[in-house]
Amino acid sequence: MITDVVIPPAAVLIFGALILPLLSARLRAFFLLVLPLVTLYFVWQVPDGTALKATYLGYELALVRGDALSRLFATVFAIMAFAGGLYALNQNRTAELVAAFCYAGSAIGVVFAGDLLTVFIFWELMAIASTLVVWSAGPSARGAGLRYAAIHLLGGVLLMAGLVGEIAGTGSIAFTKFTLDSVPRGLILAGFLINAGAWPLSSWLPDAYPESSWSGMVFLSAFTTKTAVYVLLRGFPGTEILIYVGLFMVFYGIIYAILENDMRRILAYSIVNQVGFMVTGIGLGTEMALNGAAAHAFTHIIYKALLLMSAGSVLYMTGKRKCTDLGGLFRTMPLTTICGIVGALSISSFPLTSGFVSKSMISEAAGIQQLAVVWYLLAAASAGVFLHAGIKFPWFVFFQKDSGMRPPDPPWNMRAAMVLFAALCIGIGVLPGPLYALLPYPVDFVPYTGSHVVFYLQLLLFSGLAFFLMLNWLKRTLTITLDVDWLYRRLGLAAAPSFDRFAETAWTGVVAATNRGADGFLRVIQRHHSPAGILARTWQTGTMAFWTTIMLAAYLVLSYL
Amino acid sequence: MDDHWLVRESTIKKLWVAFAVVLIATVLMDLVVAHHPYFGLDGTFGFGAWFGFVSCAAMVIVAKALGLFLKRPDTYYDN
Repeated sequence: MITDVVIPPAAVLIFGALILPLLSARLRAFFLLVLPLVTLYFVWQVPDGTALKATYLGYELALVRGDALSRLFATVFAIMAFAGGLYALNQNRTAELVAAFCYAGSAIGVVFAGDLLTVFIFWELMAIASTLVVWSAGPSARGAGLRYAAIHLLGGVLLMAGLVGEIAGTGSIAFTKFTLDSVPRGLILAGFLINAGAWPLSSWLPDAYPESSWSGMVFLSAFTTKTAVYVLLRGFPGTEILIYVGLFMVFYGIIYAILENDMRRILAYSIVNQVGFMVTGIGLGTEMALNGAAAHAFTHIIYKALLLMSAGSVLYMTGKRKCTDLGGLFRTMPLTTICGIVGALSISSFPLTSGFVSKSMISEAAGIQQLAVVWYLLAAASAGVFLHAGIKFPWFVFFQKDSGMRPPDPPWNMRAAMVLFAALCIGIGVLPGPLYALLPYPVDFVPYTGSHVVFYLQLLLFSGLAFFLMLNWLKRTLTITLDVDWLYRRLGLAAAPSFDRFAETAWTGVVAATNRGADGFLRVIQRHHSPAGILARTWQTGTMAFWTTIMLAAYLVLSYL
Repeated sequence: MDDHWLVRESTIKKLWVAFAVVLIATVLMDLVVAHHPYFGLDGTFGFGAWFGFVSCAAMVIVAKALGLFLKRPDTYYDN
């Protein structure tokens, strides 16, 4: 029956992406806009339960398995691919667009994967495609892309090791909820957390993303970390350690973003910060917390992409990315400024924006569970988000001082993508009902109570006051802040020459020892087999007869024993 | 150059006044809105206001202190 045939939504984007380079510019633009919409249609055709199976190496793979959580993530991924495609219509590096759409498709592949092997396949496809997105920016991104790939391949190795252990131990490849009670499951969790940007292996994110092109980072911000949030939601809900991992990410992101000068690196650190809120929610594990984490992933993809579109427009129009070089752009880039501010208010969960209706659900869950420390830390972090992203980004980029630059707003397609996402940020914030209807559990939460609204307004506005009063301390300098990647970028590099010397000495030793061993062996052979050797000399017949008699006698004696 | 009305001295002064009024208004809202505190401290008058301000100040100070040790020129990794 035709109705039983399920088209894997991931396949539409991935195979569609591969034909992009073959098309004319006009047709390519058409496909960039249509492919994500077709994908979105197929996302909503996936029924509940396993819809597409395949057998591989004796395992039954569930290539497509649908439920509310899968559909929620796949929906926002498809919307993101559409807005990203629209924003990137004037990106003339086709390779980046191909990689970006394969990347989006693989992310959709992960969220519909019903078994661990399928998850792994799409997981690695995502790593490859996203590395290509970074590399598409040109030679300046080569090093960062390589470091990015190395960390993600390491994550892939951990995941594979955990997966093999899990399958060997339980005999099942099903991707369901795990309790953290074995080493393989710990490895799977570690592999997931690397992609989530959890500390200590988080610096790949602020290292590589800001090196991608003006459009590349818009795609990059959406898929890797949020796919990690999805697999954590599916595999490890209620795992207590995630509360602490998440809270650490939240504050790490804020502190590093406060110190940062590169506008897109500020936003990169704030991705870690925001994913921290989601990871904390997953650790809390109640239905409200999990709903909050899922909803926050959905809204985050939209407002973070909006922020990066706004930053990308500035980069596209001015070629500058440091706060110290920027400022005063509101005069000639009003639309970019307004859209950037809408994104900034949303990330800060200002009432009437999308962040408010999702993040406050996580805090509320912590309050209901009577976890005082978690609740207070989340409240402090919410204030910190306004500080490091909500005001800092628009202030330093669009206001601050007059940089003297007078660039106009970007081309129409980039403006259209920003307006679309700004409208979604406000739309979801004003009418959260449709988003709540998509969440995995029934929603028992009212965001707009007088108490909530007043509390958040106080929290955020007084953060704003702190920002302007402490502005002198927040002045940007031409600096970076060392992170864990220093270990492999500097310490490792410094250790390399001595390692080189050590390796050379060791190698010389091994070669010499092998030579000596071979020489000795040859000498033994020569002693026995050379013309003068013991085995090569002429034997007398008498001696032969004597030894033969001895052997036969020994045989006779042995056979009687 | 700085001829835009938004960056004029007088406008900025007005913005500060408006901001102060809004800040005071949000705190005074605590008198009319009933909060449902989970713990205790979160029910104090103007909790969101002072807690937001204090935690932001603390985060800026921590960042500043950390920066003393971890800041490097942004050409650090270039060579």
